[in-house]
Amino acid sequence: MSVEQEQTERTIRCLVAKVGLDGHDRGAHVIARALRDAGFEVIYSGLHRAPDEVVQAAVQEDVDVVGISILSGAHNTLVPKILDGLKEYDAFDDRLILVGGIVPDDDQDELRGQGVDEIFGPGASMEEMIDYIHENAPER
Amino acid sequence: MSDLVADLLAGKHSALARVITQIENRSPGYREVISDLHQHTGTADVIGVTGSPGAGKSTLVDKVAATYREQDQTVGVIAIDPSSPFSGGAVLGDRIRMASNAGDMDMFFRSMSARGSLGGLSTATTDAVTALDAFGKDKIIVETVGAGQNEVDIVRTADTVAVLVPPGSGDDVQMLKAGILEIGDVFVVNKADLDGADRTVQQLREMLQGRSGRPDAGHHGATELAGDHGDAHAGDSDDGDDEPETWDPPIVETVANRGEGVEDFLNALADHGDYLDRTGRREGQARERFAAEIRTLLREDANELLVEELDRRGGIEQYVDAVIERHTDPYTVVDEVLTPLRECVDQRRDES
Repeated sequence: MSVEQEQTERTIRCLVAKVGLDGHDRGAHVIARALRDAGFEVIYSGLHRAPDEVVQAAVQEDVDVVGISILSGAHNTLVPKILDGLKEYDAFDDRLILVGGIVPDDDQDELRGQGVDEIFGPGASMEEMIDYIHENAPER
Repeated sequence: MSDLVADLLAGKHSALARVITQIENRSPGYREVISDLHQHTGTADVIGVTGSPGAGKSTLVDKVAATYREQDQTVGVIAIDPSSPFSGGAVLGDRIRMASNAGDMDMFFRSMSARGSLGGLSTATTDAVTALDAFGKDKIIVETVGAGQNEVDIVRTADTVAVLVPPGSGDDVQMLKAGILEIGDVFVVNKADLDGADRTVQQLREMLQGRSGRPDAGHHGATELAGDHGDAHAGDSDDGDDEPETWDPPIVETVANRGEGVEDFLNALADHGDYLDRTGRREGQARERFAAEIRTLLREDANELLVEELDRRGGIEQYVDAVIERHTDPYTVVDEVLTPLRECVDQRRDES
């Protein structure tokens, strides 16, 4: 039986992180559940995490996808701190970094320039995101 | 030695995380990694924590880990959560409770899902403990929901097993009868500020007294299993006493979310550790663990060999067809598949 399991696709691990003082986690819950149902292993951070807690979780859990949910508008401050932390622990290159929430167009370009792979705003569908992860999950 | 192993031994956190990923995925080469790491292990105290869902395991583990960190000891935690048998996906939520150690890299916390693997989980847990031990963690905590054989196997990875019981739940105590009671070295009635805690303590005490009639039951059945082999006797250190010292599992009351009783709990763990050292049972347990590990790996690998052999012969379906048609029977099929293997082994034996 273990032989058959080895043949199948490896399990993708995703971190769903709420960072900063933003207390709206309904979206993060919905996404965590959708990713679970898509067969991913989801680690949910809980609310009000500091950037270095997100880094700690992303490194230790060795996730393929770091999903950062921010609805507070503080993305320009918090996301770069997470990216720096991941680089510090050598955990940036082989990870997909996604941001979900409300990010103005101007900021989107800047975040992408800093290393965010994709940004999902209001109206993005679950299928879109799951397909994106399947297509872009890092080779390991 | 691979770069990954070198990085892990050098204390690189991402390397430790990646090794555990390889263990979980059984990636090619993970066996060599574990082999290389084995010689660097043997220094960590391994503590197993189990109990029904909602008993407060994660919260207690968080507080325990924080206390160890205050004492300047490094900590590794493996938290095992169930996964969906349908999609294979899982939401691993134990991390939410680890608030006391936020951002502290020397507190390594890893969530693992059961992934519906048959028995393979205990192997993965054992290997993950090996990785944390080789990394140099002083204390390793394995946390899992306590229900059934799988979990019992997992906590056997530990030197000391703590069983958590929430108060006021007659049914939970009922559940404990089914195998969990026997493996506890320390019992914790968590949420001891709730009504019914006293009663739960009392019930537990009565049940444990029933168990103390069997002196060997307290330490993971180490002597029973060692009894399979005349050479591996667990109780080989007797200090001149005729009666071997037995362990009476203490019952500790805690209120984990307020940190109450954590000190008592740690003392109980330390007492049990002293007991293991004093009686030589730590060594006995280690022997039993490695024996069990070797047996499990043998079984798994032999099984894989047989699956390959079966595939080479055209798969199991044709045999099933023949059995249904009554042309042959399962025993004959097994003999047919195994005979060449037996002959090979016999030939090798004759040669040597």
